[in-house]
This record gives sequence, C-alpha cells and structure tokens, in this order.
Amino acid sequence: MAGHPAAPPPPALVAEDIHKSFGALEVLKGVSLSAAVGQVIAIIGSSGSGKSTFLRCINFLEVPDRGRIALDGEEIQVRTDRAGRLTGVDRRQIVRLRSQLGMVFQSFNLWAHMTVLQNIVEGPVQVLKRSKAAAREEAMALLEKVGLEDKHDTYPAQLSGGQQQRVAIARALAMQPKVLLFDEPTSSLDPELVGEVLRVMQDLAGEGRTMIVVTHEMGFAREVSDRTIFLHRGRIEEEGPPADLFGAPKSERLQQFLSSQM
Amino acid sequence: MIPEILQFGDTGFGDELVVGALITVEIAIYSLAIGLALGLAAAGAKLSRSPILRGIAEVYSLLIRGIPELLIILLVYYSGGAAIEALLKLFGHDGGFDFNKRLAGSLALGLIFGAFASEVFRGAFMAVPKGQIEAALAVGMTRRQVFLRIRFPQMMRFALPGLGNLWMVLLKDTSLVSVIALDELMRETSVAAEATQRPFVFYLAATVIYLLLTVVSDIFRARLERHANRGVAGGERLRRPRRPLQRAA
Repeated sequence: MAGHPAAPPPPALVAEDIHKSFGALEVLKGVSLSAAVGQVIAIIGSSGSGKSTFLRCINFLEVPDRGRIALDGEEIQVRTDRAGRLTGVDRRQIVRLRSQLGMVFQSFNLWAHMTVLQNIVEGPVQVLKRSKAAAREEAMALLEKVGLEDKHDTYPAQLSGGQQQRVAIARALAMQPKVLLFDEPTSSLDPELVGEVLRVMQDLAGEGRTMIVVTHEMGFAREVSDRTIFLHRGRIEEEGPPADLFGAPKSERLQQFLSSQM
Repeated sequence: MIPEILQFGDTGFGDELVVGALITVEIAIYSLAIGLALGLAAAGAKLSRSPILRGIAEVYSLLIRGIPELLIILLVYYSGGAAIEALLKLFGHDGGFDFNKRLAGSLALGLIFGAFASEVFRGAFMAVPKGQIEAALAVGMTRRQVFLRIRFPQMMRFALPGLGNLWMVLLKDTSLVSVIALDELMRETSVAAEATQRPFVFYLAATVIYLLLTVVSDIFRARLERHANRGVAGGERLRRPRRPLQRAA
C-alpha cells in the first residue's frame, strides 16, 4: 500500500486535466490525479483552492468544463460542444459511475425523513436493486463496523454530528464502492467528535480501500495518506509522499500553508 | 329538543341540510384533487427551464389570483358548458349537454386552489436541503428516484401547513358555488331560511356544520403533519433512542 505498487493494475481512479469555472472565476486550472487500488490520497489546501470542487467534479456533482475521468478503466463519455465544454453527457453512465463512487459530505446530508437503517439500505435497494432483507443485514453489519448498531431505528436529527457522519460513511460503504470520496468529513464537527470519525476512516484505509480525502486534518493526511496533494488556486502546487510534503515542503506556498495550520 | 323545522322528514329541513353538507364535502374533495394536481403541475412548470411553461404557469397564477372567486365560478360554469358542447359537436354528438354543476363547481374551486397551491409546492420544493438531493445523486439515483424517494416525501413536510390553510379556505369557498344553484349546504340553508322565514335558526345551523367540518379537517391535518414531520424536530412521532444521546455538552 506504499506509494510504489509493483506491477500496476489499471488505476482505480484517474482524473485528468480537470478544468472548472464558475462564471468568470476559474476554480480548477487543470488538476490531475491517479489513484491505484488501495491507495489513500489526501488533498489539502486553503479554502478557495478548489479542492472540494475537484472532488465534486469526479462524480459529476459539478460538471467539469474540460478533462477526462476514468473509473476502474471505464472512461466517462463526455462530449464537447463548439466552445469546447463538456456537454451531452450520457446520463445513465454518470448514474452508474456515481453508484460506484462513495461520497461522504462535509454536512453529512443524511435523509432526514428516514431512519438510520433506511438511510443505509436506500441506495442498495433502489439503485443496486438488492433485496430488502439482504440490504438490511448488510446495513446492520456496517452499523456495527462504525459502532452504531444500537442506533439503527433512530432518525438523523437525534444523532450527534459525529454519529451522523459515521452513518453517512456506512451509507457510502453499503454501495460497495470502488472508490470513496470524502469532502472535508470532519470540518463541521465539534473538535471532540472529530476523533471518532477519523478512527473509522483510518480503519477503512487499513482495509485497503481506495480513498480520496479532502481534509483540513493535517495529522490525518500525514499519517494515513499514501500520497498528499497540495492544491493552490486551482493548480497542484506540490504532491508526493506525506513525509516529504510535511517534512520538507519545497514550495513556499506550502510552507506558508503548513505554518498557518500549526 | 331540536326544533321541528330542523328535524328530518317532511316537516323539517334537517335531512336537506345533511345532504347539502355531504355535497359540500364532495365538492371540496373533488376540488382538492383537481387543485393538488394543478398545483403540482403548475409548480413544476414554474420551476422548469422552459420559458413557455414558466410563462403559462405565471399567467395562470396571475389570472386566478386577480379575479374574484365568485366570478371564476360563473365564468367556468357558463364557458365550461359551452366548451364541452363545442367539443362534443366536434366529435359528431349533436344536441345539448347539461354541464354538471358539481363538475363546474369543483373545476372552478380546483382552479383556485391550484393557483395558490402552486406557490406552496414551489416553496416546499426549494426548502428541501440541497445537500440531501446531492447525497441522493451521489449514490446513483436517477432524477426520478431522487424526486420520488427524497424530494417529494420531504416536500410534504414543508407544504402541509400551507395546504392545510388552503383547504380551510376551500371548504368555505364551496359556499360560493351556491350561485350556480348547486344544492350544497349554503344553498339548502338559504332555501330553508326563506321557506320557513326563520333565517337565524338555519344560518346558525349552517355555521355549526361548517365549524364541525373545519374541526374534523384540523384533526386530519394535525395527523398528517405529525407523520410528515417524523424524524425532524417538532415531529412527535420521534422514537426515543434506547440510550440517552451521547451528545457533547
């Protein structure tokens, strides 16, 4: 699981030269990433650096203006119009891509009208067409894994932020995704609740899950990721093994960023 | 105890009032069905990307809200009959068509309900947190699934209070359809009042019946709201967690 896989199979996820603008504001100016199976990649950077937008472009919650994305060797069909922008994307293919990418959001986004268990079985039943009984059984196993099996019958509003986020992780895992995307999963949590979520994520990394984690938790990036990417103003400013980035940052901006985080 | 003129049978008007009340309820329920369908459709049109659909929905809202209810009922009654007759002629049916008064009344009230409900639905649609929609997209739901499984059930939570109000208004507006000589509660009441020369007794009786309908509706509304609010603060059906929450102080 180190940064140097011996005979590389097709990468779990490739994003290449992703561009995205909102109006006149160019948020991503060509960001690329390739994640081998089992690799954990941390994306760090100050707010406004484009890291969340990049993550959202990977599962087309934002449609990138330019670039290419391949999941497990399957490339997403994107066509460009006269202005060179992606258009006429095959909706079914995107739906399938999304079902294979687990997404964990900063604000949990659990469905408020469903119990914890219903939140977790919804995707497998509705999207993967699994039987309810099987989905429920798996959901209970996942809840046990995130330490919330006794909460299966409660509604999200009755849970703490940390508990909600752990349910959201279980919900993402229930889809048996090829890659897990985390969008600042601990940023809206009270400090004392951050640990429980990071522990679950660390366990997942230990299981050999492929994970892309946008985070402000420098400790997590440093200790858990195989590779860290520092984004600055829509470009990759520096990337490499976390030991190098945190131990001996080359870029001046990364140095500034890291010292501001201490 | 009950005055004779309010009793059932040949001498009293009690049975007429009850039948009138049933017709009132019937009209209200038809209007509700028509109005909910129109309201959802108009809300969908208002939220759509097509400027034509948006325009149609806006004109519909504007017209209905700008014309007195009484006038709408009369317009629908007199034009609706002619319209259906013309349509029938087109298909080769000759001869008149007796435009059903209940249909006309329900259609008119449904049009009114729908115009106001479209705003309620539009607000409710937008009130569902965007993050929950994104979460649904992120697990790979189609747009249809997102609407049916996530958006619509939660829309109801935001829409119910507004729809409850509109229903109350609708229930009372049914009295206006007495202008097209539809024998609902209001018309039965005024007929009886005139025939017996005892207006106060009958208008009081009608008042009680309308209030009764309102109270029953309100019980229903409260139940529905409780169901729609499940899982959310304020919903009384929240199941208690088995252990106290380990929420940080």
